[in-house]
Amino acid sequence: MISFENVSYSYEKGRPAVRNVSFRIQDGEAVGLIGANGAGKSTLMKLLLGLVQGQGRITVDGVTVESTNLPQVRRSLGCVLQNSDNQMFMPTVYEDMMFGPLNAMVPREEAERQVDEVLSALDITALKHRHNHRLSGGEKRMAAIATVLAMNPAAVLMDEPTSALDPYYRRVVIRAIGNMEQTKLIAAHDLDMIWDTCQRVILLDGGEIVADGPKETVLRDKKLLEQHHMELPLRFQNV
Amino acid sequence: MNRMEAALRELGEMDDLAAQSSPVHRRHAVAKLLATVGYIAVVLSFPKYAMAALTPMALWPVALFQLSGVPVSTCFRKLRYVLPLVMAVGLFNPLFDRSPLLYVGGAAVSGGVVSMVTLMMKGVLCLMASFLLMATTSIDCLCAALRTLHVPGMLVTLLLLTYRYTGVLTEELAVMTEAYHLRAPGQKGIHVSAWGSFLGQLLLRSMDRARELYDSMVLRGYHGHFHYAPVGAFGLWDGLYLALCLGAFALVRLVDVTGWLGGLLVR
Ligand SMILES: Nc1ncnc2c1ncn2[C@@H]1O[C@H](COP(=O)(O)OP(=O)(O)OP(=O)(O)O)[C@@H](O)[C@H]1O
Ligand SMILES: [Mg+2]
Repeated sequence: MISFENVSYSYEKGRPAVRNVSFRIQDGEAVGLIGANGAGKSTLMKLLLGLVQGQGRITVDGVTVESTNLPQVRRSLGCVLQNSDNQMFMPTVYEDMMFGPLNAMVPREEAERQVDEVLSALDITALKHRHNHRLSGGEKRMAAIATVLAMNPAAVLMDEPTSALDPYYRRVVIRAIGNMEQTKLIAAHDLDMIWDTCQRVILLDGGEIVADGPKETVLRDKKLLEQHHMELPLRFQNV
Repeated sequence: MNRMEAALRELGEMDDLAAQSSPVHRRHAVAKLLATVGYIAVVLSFPKYAMAALTPMALWPVALFQLSGVPVSTCFRKLRYVLPLVMAVGLFNPLFDRSPLLYVGGAAVSGGVVSMVTLMMKGVLCLMASFLLMATTSIDCLCAALRTLHVPGMLVTLLLLTYRYTGVLTEELAVMTEAYHLRAPGQKGIHVSAWGSFLGQLLLRSMDRARELYDSMVLRGYHGHFHYAPVGAFGLWDGLYLALCLGAFALVRLVDVTGWLGGLLVR
């Protein structure tokens, strides 16, 4: 279980990026995190991962996110960053995918099996031995997602997983997310993807939670969304 | 392809070379590292006029080039910026040391010239040895080897990040120069008035990126250990390789092989 209690954070004094946020995510829940540009979605994820430390209390499975517990907390979280360029550091996709499992002391054969499974689930077996710095933007995104899934974490955080993807791979990713049994927290502007993958949606504006509820109530509320610079998911726009 | 992209491609080339397979690539990283360190130490230990005695040391890089399949041309292309610097080190020796040391066909060659040539040879040999190490060993295996030799984790992480940072910095530079030229068509280079902000931005951006890179390493379980590097056990061949190399270096250093060979021929 993930819990935020009165969490605030500001990068610069007087300009909070996240303000007094509280919520809980149960095991196995899939939660969409939406909000306009600069609403604080990525910051919220960084707080959860302990990459930045703010006020308030964040716990993951009862363990407080603080510098002494970070390795323990991070072992159960897998995160796809918003900018996948910065996420991969090994020469090839394969080596990058092996990095996480091997660090977690998974035996090599087992890790290879895991890697191959993820590659075929994401339909990117062709990328396996490609060089990271020679991938296209969308290919990098797929590879970044693959590196995280290969770790098989208890909870998956994704910041804009479908940005830069073509319609085919967007659907592949949506399907892959749907097939995962882990706890999921997905930040995105692609509200249709959120609709397809999440049951619950949290809407942020100016670093504050302005709505938190089942997707049916949040994502179909035209007025609420427009108040916070968002639009209905495409599939509901013509009805 | 602009110049920056070419530079990036070149950086990636090192990884490509290190990922190949050959008898040299397959040797344990610790063996290769120690052999290289031993080689450099021996080369540097030659006295300053030992030009002739130093020559056989060149056989090792030559053999490695042959065995590993790493092209010699790549080596010199990559070292083209450093080589002149190394060459320049001994440039003034001939001015200071003019006493004749040996006679070639009646012409006197001064000690300065000999020591200059020796110094240049040392520089080139050491650079080639380091290049060969990098071209046959991935950075991660190298770091793993350093850790096995009990080099502090902090230093090793620093080395690893420096290596990766070079890539990030070049990439940002490529993106920024491209963006600049798209909005300043026809301009050659970057105008002086923009240098300050350009450099500042470049540092900030590449530092942010390097930070994110490090973050994502840590997020995937990196704590200064290299469990993930494909380093096998230190086998019989690795031991043999290391012993053979170090033995050969010692031999060349202690016995004047060239003199001895010359003696054989003359007699
Ligand atoms: N490194 C930083 N330094 C200073 N301020 C920052 C930094 N990163 C983000 N901010 C600010 O914090 C606020 C929240 O940013 P955050 O990245 O969390 O937004 P986001 O919801 O992820 O937006 P987007 O949809 O554009 O990704 C923004 O006002 C942003 O300007
Ligand atoms: Mg964001």
